[in-house]
Amino acid sequence: MTLPETIPFLGFGWNDLLFMVLGAVMVIAALAVVLQRDIIRSGLAMIICFAALAGIYVIAGTPVVAAAQVLVYIGAISVLVLFAIMLTQSKAGPRALVFQTQAVPAAIAAVILALLIGLSVLATNWPAQVATQIAYAKDIAFVLLQQFTLPFEVVSVLLLAAVVGGVFLAKRERGGGD
Amino acid sequence: MLSALNLISQNLNAYLILSGLLFAIGAFGFLARRNAIAMLMSIELMLNAVNLAFIAFGAFLWAANPAQAATASTIALIVIASAAAEATVGLAIVIAIYRNRKTPLVDEYDAMKR
Repeated sequence: MTLPETIPFLGFGWNDLLFMVLGAVMVIAALAVVLQRDIIRSGLAMIICFAALAGIYVIAGTPVVAAAQVLVYIGAISVLVLFAIMLTQSKAGPRALVFQTQAVPAAIAAVILALLIGLSVLATNWPAQVATQIAYAKDIAFVLLQQFTLPFEVVSVLLLAAVVGGVFLAKRERGGGD
Repeated sequence: MLSALNLISQNLNAYLILSGLLFAIGAFGFLARRNAIAMLMSIELMLNAVNLAFIAFGAFLWAANPAQAATASTIALIVIASAAAEATVGLAIVIAIYRNRKTPLVDEYDAMKR
């Protein structure tokens, strides 16, 4: 059995429904990240936001980036953030005051930023758009290892330096600092 | 009426507006939260917004040539790797400061003001 081209009674396709649902989930989860009082719930909402974004990457035709998103963001960075939250969570501190005093100007600035981006996107005359194509791993491998060889190697050195630096910064110093 | 939403997933503007929304939310979180880890999470949101914009441009503007569509994916992968490095070092710094000051709130980090 095959699905009809567009959803009956609604008039748009299945991809569009998926895009709208995932986009709404992503924006609501991102709002929960920045507005939630309990920071551990912010961390969990961040995982939902990243997962929805991975779905949007699949709709946009880049399954490799979606896989990397799931592996790196959901698998590694979220776990790292949750560990850091659990290490620094103290019951003594005031949990009610989650926002700085400049929260209201920050909110106004964020709204203005969103409006500016939206208006400039809508006002720009983009070149002719073609339907999305899938960026296969084979094409990405050619580009990554032929055109982008230097950034690839620099990123590998950067990751090594970050791992060494992270271990050095976070390790407990013995016998008082020197 | 709802048929105006047809092919919205094939529309570059929809992706870019979504990306702009995500970036603005991340910017608000970075400016407004007191907790250093929440600020780092907001930075991750902003990086993801930029990645979404890269992917959207790659999928729509360059899609006539598959190799160039792959270029956008490559840039996004490099951004993801840099974000992982940034998160590692940032969280290590937050934990190191927490060990000295016993608080994750950034407005109580005033060692350079005294």
